[in-house]
Amino acid sequence: MTTLTPRRVSGPARLRRGALYAALIVVALTIILPLVWIVITSFKTDTDVISNPYSILPNPFSVDAYGTLASGQQPIFRWLLNSLVAATLQTVIVLVTASMGAYALARLEFKGKKFIFGLIIGTLLVPPVIFLIPNYLIVQNLGWLDTLWAVSVPGAAGAFGIFFLRQFFVGLPTEIEEAARIDGAGDIRIFLQIVLPLAKPALSTLAILTFLGNWNDFLWPIYVLLSPENLTLQPGLSQLQGAYSTHFSIVMAGAVIASVPVLVLFSLAQKQIVESVASSGVKG
Amino acid sequence: MTSLAPLPPTAVATPIPAPRRASAGGSGTRRRTWTAYAFLAPFLVLFATFVVGPAVFGVWISVTDWSPYKTEQSFIGLQNYIDLVTPGSVFFGDFWQSLGATGIFTVASVPFLLVIPLGVALLLNQKIAGGTVFRAIFFAPFVLGVAVIGVIWKYMLDTQSGMINHLLGLIGLPSDIPWTVDVPWAWVSLVGVTVWWTLGFNAVILLAGLKGINTDLYEAAALDGAGAIRKFWNVTLPGLRPVMLFVSTTTILASANMFGQSYLLTKGGPANQTRTAIMYISDQGLSQNNMAAAAAMSYVLFAFLAIISVINFRLQRDKP
Repeated sequence: MTTLTPRRVSGPARLRRGALYAALIVVALTIILPLVWIVITSFKTDTDVISNPYSILPNPFSVDAYGTLASGQQPIFRWLLNSLVAATLQTVIVLVTASMGAYALARLEFKGKKFIFGLIIGTLLVPPVIFLIPNYLIVQNLGWLDTLWAVSVPGAAGAFGIFFLRQFFVGLPTEIEEAARIDGAGDIRIFLQIVLPLAKPALSTLAILTFLGNWNDFLWPIYVLLSPENLTLQPGLSQLQGAYSTHFSIVMAGAVIASVPVLVLFSLAQKQIVESVASSGVKG
Repeated sequence: MTSLAPLPPTAVATPIPAPRRASAGGSGTRRRTWTAYAFLAPFLVLFATFVVGPAVFGVWISVTDWSPYKTEQSFIGLQNYIDLVTPGSVFFGDFWQSLGATGIFTVASVPFLLVIPLGVALLLNQKIAGGTVFRAIFFAPFVLGVAVIGVIWKYMLDTQSGMINHLLGLIGLPSDIPWTVDVPWAWVSLVGVTVWWTLGFNAVILLAGLKGINTDLYEAAALDGAGAIRKFWNVTLPGLRPVMLFVSTTTILASANMFGQSYLLTKGGPANQTRTAIMYISDQGLSQNNMAAAAAMSYVLFAFLAIISVINFRLQRDKP
């Protein structure tokens, strides 16, 4: 084992690179092929799915499944819009409230600061299941059951956003701020015109993580959204699966409709999305 | 764009001549406190209403006989908790079965959810063409959301018409595996689908960790004659420790909170064997209207998760 073999760069190195790419391609195909299969199935007819479940080409090529969905028994485009609205609303609320609060925690001295920061840290790792029952009752009392408020606002109250931004704000240099203060700038101006522009990377990371989290949320919307037209995409698809359990092409068309907008968004902003997630671990 | 907007009068921090007071909380300090709370107010309103309030409210619910059918609740002390540990009580069997299911899934999934993404991250960390493209492909399933993943794999894993059984048949393996309707296959499916869904998520975090390791350490190891495997054990893994602590903690918690995969793929079956604790608690609390018992269960689950988190933290931090 310890004998040294003379190094030949070309042969083994090329083999190694080949194995590396082979491994990467295998993993990539494992991800891509099921998605391709879903698209193929969505263009089949019901009878084709049953009689030729494994045929690679739809015969006949059919958009019936999409037609059924568009006819609106299961308002999937409405769910898409609802998800978009809920995720955007939650993201805006988080960005505004967390950045303001984080500024106070990072830059101002005040009574009760330690207590509030302690409370925020204390709730960071509390699992969401703790809030399930009481928040349901609170949302019910607010009259928010079956509205998009229920899936936007309570989830915006978490401690992660303010904690994440506070850590970032603390690390920002204070020289510009001090100069501005000497020039007579107040906290609102310093916050809006100095701190927020400097914090753009952290803000966009938080926006992406919040949006994705809301988009993926499943348990909570199942219970607080009730009417078919008020559902978001995740509980909606689950309902679609229940309604058309034996019509695979329709359910797969639903999966395609649900996937295309996010995949388009993702491909446009993939670098930033991936890097936002990546940085969550290094900073955390 | 750079012009300064007119300042609201309250924002000006210039000292206002005020009567001096000897006390520590002079007007200056108080004004800063006011400003700070003005900045914090929107967050604190939400935080109090939907985080701190419910955490306390939940404890109260768990010590009452809360029910949506009653107008008044009475305090019953720890009875709900005592019931949970009393064999033969209404919830005992099902609750502990669901905790067991959560435990099985966590133990079965976490190693794969750490090792496979680590492998993928190591591949991506090589000098390769198209690295960003591969990274984006691996990450893509995560953005689709659990319901899309659920309906896709429910079809792929269908016993009769699923592609997976068909492919197994093509290479001469059994083609009638009950992937979502019988154990242990259901567990294999739940773990496999979770890996497929989230491997890119953990991989990109681990990749960032790998890129953060000082390359001098690798060069020093190479000078000492270390091969690829020794470099991995002696440089890569120790260098990854802080990131690994983060990833393992979030992965353990995510697995222990698993809900959607079981809900969509197995509906908790067969015979509730894959019904996780979260699934049982939400069903009891919000569908069966046993809110008080469900609140108590959620605190028991919380206690378990806290213990596991502390153990994980200790183990990883204290490694030599």
